[in-house]
This record gives sequence, C-alpha cells and structure tokens, in this order.
Amino acid sequence: MQEASTDTFPRLLLKQAGTRPDRPAIREKDLGIWQTWTWAQVAEEVRSLACGLAAQGFRRGDRLGIVGDNRPRLYWSMMAAQCLGGVPVPLYQDAVAGEMAFVLQDAEIEFAVAEDQEQVDKLLEVLPQWPRLRHIYFDDPRGLRHYLQTELMSLDNLQAIGRDFAGRNPEFLPQEIDKVQASDVAVILYTSGTTGHPKGVSQTHSAMIHTARVLVAFDGIAEGDDLLCYLPMAWVGDFLYSYAQVHVAGFCLNCPESPDTVMTDLREIGPTYFFAPPRIYENILTQVMIRIEDAGWTKRRMFHAFMGVAKRVGMKILEGRRAPALDRLLYRLGETLVYGPLKNVLGLSRIRVAYTGGEAIGPDLFDFYRSIGINLKQLYGMTETCVTVCMQPSGDVKLDTVGPPMPGVEVRIAGSGEVLVRSPGVMKEYYNRPDATREAVDAEGFFHTGDAGYFDADGHLKIIDRAKDVGRLADGTLFAPKYLENKLKFFPYIREAVCFGDRRDKVCAFVNIDMAAVGNWAEKRNLPYSGYADLAGKAEVRELVRECVEKVNRDLAQDATLGNSQIRRFLVLHKELDADDGELTRTRKVRRRFIGEKYESLVHALYSAEARCHVETQMRFEDGRTGTVSADLEVVDAKTFDVAAARKAA
Amino acid sequence: MGRSVGGPILEVEGISLSFGGVVALQAVSLDAREHEIRAIIGPNGAGKSSLLNVINGFYHPQKGSVSFKGRKRRRVDPHEVAQQGIARTFQNIALFRGMTALDNLMTGRTLKMKSNFLHQVVYWGAARREELEHRAKVEEIIDFLEIQHIRRTPVGQLPYGLQKRVELGRALAAEPDLLLLDEPMAGMNIEEKQDMCRFILDVNDQFGTTIVLIEHDMSVVMDLSDRVAVLDYGRKIADGTPEEVRHHRAVIDAYLGVAH
Repeated sequence: MQEASTDTFPRLLLKQAGTRPDRPAIREKDLGIWQTWTWAQVAEEVRSLACGLAAQGFRRGDRLGIVGDNRPRLYWSMMAAQCLGGVPVPLYQDAVAGEMAFVLQDAEIEFAVAEDQEQVDKLLEVLPQWPRLRHIYFDDPRGLRHYLQTELMSLDNLQAIGRDFAGRNPEFLPQEIDKVQASDVAVILYTSGTTGHPKGVSQTHSAMIHTARVLVAFDGIAEGDDLLCYLPMAWVGDFLYSYAQVHVAGFCLNCPESPDTVMTDLREIGPTYFFAPPRIYENILTQVMIRIEDAGWTKRRMFHAFMGVAKRVGMKILEGRRAPALDRLLYRLGETLVYGPLKNVLGLSRIRVAYTGGEAIGPDLFDFYRSIGINLKQLYGMTETCVTVCMQPSGDVKLDTVGPPMPGVEVRIAGSGEVLVRSPGVMKEYYNRPDATREAVDAEGFFHTGDAGYFDADGHLKIIDRAKDVGRLADGTLFAPKYLENKLKFFPYIREAVCFGDRRDKVCAFVNIDMAAVGNWAEKRNLPYSGYADLAGKAEVRELVRECVEKVNRDLAQDATLGNSQIRRFLVLHKELDADDGELTRTRKVRRRFIGEKYESLVHALYSAEARCHVETQMRFEDGRTGTVSADLEVVDAKTFDVAAARKAA
Repeated sequence: MGRSVGGPILEVEGISLSFGGVVALQAVSLDAREHEIRAIIGPNGAGKSSLLNVINGFYHPQKGSVSFKGRKRRRVDPHEVAQQGIARTFQNIALFRGMTALDNLMTGRTLKMKSNFLHQVVYWGAARREELEHRAKVEEIIDFLEIQHIRRTPVGQLPYGLQKRVELGRALAAEPDLLLLDEPMAGMNIEEKQDMCRFILDVNDQFGTTIVLIEHDMSVVMDLSDRVAVLDYGRKIADGTPEEVRHHRAVIDAYLGVAH
C-alpha cells in the first residue's frame, strides 16, 4: 500500500531529497565532462523553476509543453510543473512544426520549455496557428541572442525570477505541493498513432507510481543503479523507466552529450539497467557484425568460433541450467577473449537487466545477446497501460513470448483473439477525446490493445501482430505481416520490410536495405555506388536480398501454420522509409496501409507478372522542402520451399 | 550582421609580389575593418592565396607594407604573425592526419602555452593547470562547432567536410583577432556549405572576429560578406559592397574571360 506522504511525484522528490540529499540524482555530459547534481541540488533547481512558472502565471491544471533531447533541466521542468499541480506534455524532438502544432492545440498548451534554438524556431513557426502559446522558455541560449520575440525567456532568467518569488513567498510551494492528489493527471503522453491523429494519453500520479513500484520490486532496482536516458522524453518508456522509477528508487539518471554520442556515452557510464526498442539492439548487432568483417583473420576466427560456443551453451549458463563441463570451460575462455571485451566496448558490461519491447524482436537477435551473458528480457505494454502488461522474470525467459502478466495486471483474450488488459496502470482517458476513450476502455475497465495474441502452455503471452493486421491469404493461411517483417529484419542488410498478402493469393514484400551494412558489403566487393538509391538499384544487392528472403522462406516452411505465407516476390525500394514522409511513426513502426496506398503502383507490379516498375514519389527533405524522387525498380521472384508435413498446431 | 563594424584592423598597401619572372601581385591595396567579413574573389590564378600568404608572413613582398592593428610591420615570420593575433585555414587542409580531432585543436593552443618542456614531461603543477585550462577552452570550441562525436577520431578518417570544420576549430583555438579563410567551402555539398556559413557567421557574431575569406561560390560571398575585393591577374579591379561589385563591368569581364 502506498504511504499517503509519497503518492505523488512532488512528494517523492522531496522524500528523495530528504533521505539521500548527497547521492547523485542526475548527470549530464557537457563540454566533455560528466556534471553531477545531487538530490538536494535537484530539489533546489526544481523549486526555483516551479516558483518562476508560478510567478509567470502557470496555474494548477495547466499543461507545460516540453521539447528537446534528454536534458536535466527539461526533466526538472516536468517536476516543476507537477509541483504546481500542472501536467507536463513532452513532445518528440524530431517532430516537424506541423506535428507540434497538433499537440499544442490538442492539449491547449500555453507554456512550453524548449531545449535549444532548433526547437524554439519550430515553436515560433507554429505560433501564428496557435497564438495562445504565450511563454517559451529555452535551456541552451546559443543562437538566440538576437531573437526579440516577447514570448521568449531563458530558463536561467526564469529560475532567477523563481528564486526571488520563493524568497518573498516561502510557504507558497509547499502549499501547492500539498494540493496535488494522487488521482491528478501526472503526464499526457501522445501515442505515435499508426493510424489517424495522435491521441493524448492521460496518466495519473497513482497509476505511474504504482507501476514504478511494481517494476522496482520486480528487478530489485536500488539507489546504486545507473540508467542512460537516451530515449525520447515523449515516449512512455522514458517517462516510466527513467522519470517514474528514479522517483521511487532514488538511483541516478545519465543524460548523453548529444544523440550522436550515445554509444560512447553508454560505454563511459556502463549502465546497470538498460531499455531499448528492438531496433537499437539490431543496430548494435549490425555495427558489431560490420566491424567483425573488417577485423583481421585471427579476430574473425576467434569471434565466430566462440560465438558458436555461446550459441550452444550461453543461454543455459545464463539461466543456471546444466551444461557439459567442457563447454562451460570454453564459455569461460570465451568470456575472457570475446564476450567480455565485446560487452565492454558496447558499454554493456554492468548490465543486470536489459529489456526490450514496443515491437516483437527477432528470435536470433534475442539469442545473440542472451548467449553472451546479457540478461535481455522481453516485455509488453503500451502508453495506455503505463507499459507494464507482461514482463519476463529473470529465470523464466523464452524466445518468442513476452512473458506472464505482471502482478496486479489482468490479461484476457477476447473471442477475436484481441488482448484485453485491466490494471491500475490503465489510463484515465485520452485527453479531450471521450469518444475514443469509450472505444478503447470497455465498461468493465478492460483496455482493448488492438494486438492479437494467445497464452502458451507455460502461461506466457505470445503476441502475433496487430489484430487488424493479422489477415488471411486467399487460401485461408494465417498472414502475420509483422512476424514476417521481423524475420527479414534480422539480416543486417535489411533495415526495414513491408509485407503484403491479406486476401491475396501470395505474400509479397518491399525491402529497405541498410545503407551502412550493404555499403560495407559493396565496398568489400569493389562495387562502386553513389548513394542510397544507386546502391539499392544494383542487381548484386537484389541477389543479396534474395538470399535473405529465401532463408526466411526456408524457416517458414518448417512451421505448419505459417508455411504457406512464404514470400514469393519482392522489390528493393529506392528510398528509405521515413517518419518525415509519414511512412513510419515517430517510434519507427511501419504504417502499412499508408505505404500500400502511397506506393500502389509498386504493389500492383508485385502481384501482376511485371518484372519492372517505374515509380515517382514525393519526399520531404530534412529542412522541410518537398521534392520528387523517381526510379525504375525490378521485381524479384524468390524461391519457396515445401511446407513440412502438417502437425497439429496449438 | 549583428556586429557594428569598426575602423581598419588590417591595411595592405601597394603590395607587389613576384616569383622570378612571374608577377603574382601588382600594387594591391586593401583593408579590412574590425568585426567585418571581407571577401576576396577572382578567377583562378588571380593571386588571392598569394595575398593571404603575404598577410600571413609566408611570402615577403618585394614592395609594399602590411599594417596590423595600426602598426606597420617589418619583415616577419609566420609564427610572429600568429602571435600577433592572425590565424588561418588552408585550402588543402593542413591537419595532422594521425592525431585525433581533439589533439589537433589542442595544437592550436601552442602559442598560448607557457610552461616549459620539462614541466610538461612531468605533468606537474603549473603544466597540469595550464593543460586543463587549454582543454576547457578547446571543449568550448568543440561544443561551438558541434564535433563532440568525433573528438577522439583520427582526423585522417573523417569525411572532408568534417576535416574542414576541425581545421576551422584549430584556427579558432588560437583566439585570433583576424581569421583568414582560404576557400572554406571548397568541395562541399550544399548542406555542408550551409553549416560552414552558419559557423562563420557565428564566429563573427559571437567572438567579434574579423574575417577575410577567399571563396569561389558567389552566392556564399554575396550572402556572407560586408565588402568584397576582386583580384584579376594580380591586380585589384574592384572593391565595395557585394551589390556594387556584382554589377561592376570589369568584374563581369574578368569572370567571363574577355581578353585583355
């Protein structure tokens, strides 16, 4: 049960500042050095920010927009807003002005905190559409010296105003903090919406804190832990794992110097707890494989030999199961020669628990990390449920499930196969969208996740795909596009894939190559190329992708249920699918229907007998201008295999 | 531009430079005012780099004088010129290819290092303090030029655009009053050029550094500079604001290649 004195974030902050004032609370790498702030210092900074906001007219219930990379002062701004009974609304830092305009208008945001000139510029661009944004505070003053807009003020100034206000009204802030209830909304997080406009998920203090307590107990998180906050602040994962957990457990957050330096900063901090979407684990593995290919003969042989050992016994050893003594010895040797140094270079040496979720992860990718001793586990959840629905406990980890339901969470499978969830973490509502809220949360309090899944024999939930995406081929075979796409994306050469097949006679796919991996591959074969489109158009690259597709087909042929959904034809896209063009969401999930419509001519070419197709697409450059890109693409037929004799599937 | 332009900080008068029979510069005079961005343009072989080398102290003109900060200078060596507060970048990049970006920037601080060799070997006391001060200053420049992610990468492995940025950083590390840039945009694509323009403007705006740059890209020159001087065959044929120069008959002829 939660003590009354610590059931809101502001009260938790005060408790941490009281219990461990000199322990590090947050670090940031700035000008080459890691700067640290203790809990006492953080409380002081938050006080001045909160009083500054109050002096500027911020009232209980007001929303505070936050946009930028992970920076201590942005986190403190969230805390400050909550101290006044307000609601922080973080925005994605790579959103374009139009997307920001939507959130600002939807959440009716009048106060915003921006990291730097880039974010300020975007907010100013939106101002004519949403003139109610009257206050924009910025953290990094660089480039802003000549900006004359009256809405702008530096956070330094705000804090000075705040200190002055606090001096004259010492009782103000403690009183405001007392007024905050656990049932108040603590944050509004906009879902990245694969269809339609984003919706603002309102989560209360009690929902988030309760969930954080459950997580902290689950993995034994304590004050000595370190976490690198590099995931977008607008994503529920960062709010829960960084912000909420640190309030409950009192460990230390670390903010990287810049998005480009995350890998080096990871190495310098060596976090003990790590969360990343499968994509990041994929990227890390791709980087490793590329660098192994570049290494000398001895290192390459050593790597492949010991990875073989790891594949055989690594997971057994991690899970404490029995393994032959000789293999154990070899694994120990491998740890010294290969796995240890590898983990060190990646910054993953001190990991006690590593999680992944948000999307299904390819089994081979999962195996790789666990086999070298990284306790990687899967979890399942969404913004609307404070993430936490199912998580795998250490010791009960399986490859293609997401684990059993967490304590306090009820999971039910509807007749249609849809997963329904009821827990203290279910959202209060979609902000200002009672219709959407009613659709999502039924009368019994169950949230409809929109995912299709089932429980396996061990009580683990297995997610197949989005419920509305799981389809059937014309002959009735189960068609789970995500499942197929994941199998393709395991190959380092394939960055993204989109599969089509619902109600059609066969499965076909678009493929995006990974520029770094394929570029490297091409250079090794003295194949010149001038850019992404040129590389993607090469016949040799198509062959490379065909080999990958055929390997996936061979795997699928082993599965009775999915055997007939092998990929018969595919093409390699000339441009990378991008969130800026609306093809991916901001968390890099594929928007299948949008892509199908945008590239209709290509889909048509796949399903007819055409060998070639011309395409012209609109794309948006990074500075906002649009342009047209055209290309001639070749359609490739892939070999398929006989399906293994049907066994009764579960 | 944000800064208000002051009086002349650099005055070059009647410079004539020849290499044997080849006349590189003929009676060239121009000045650069404090806090301004001055461009020198002209067709290839006009003598622009030679002029920069004269200002820098690499070449010694047969005739004419150079005054910096009001003092006419005698025949000086490049390192003395550097000490007076002039820094430059090179057309073909003169970085130490095997050293990291950070170390290259640190070499830019050489003239400001005061502790002696023995102290530095032992890394004790004053030498250590000085090293930390220099490192702090260099980190500010790394932050300014947004090159944190390549701090420890050997410069030889960097793409061309980033090498040019590191070279600019090294020049900035010397905290110069006058910065000479020799074709800073050469070989860059549009995005890199935009970045470099932004940095040059920021340097002029934030640090107040006077900048003299040689450049071929006309749009860059017109956008960036306060005043432009045009050289052709070793002579100055025009001098004024970008607008004035653009419409000058002699300049148009020089670029179109009218025989004269």
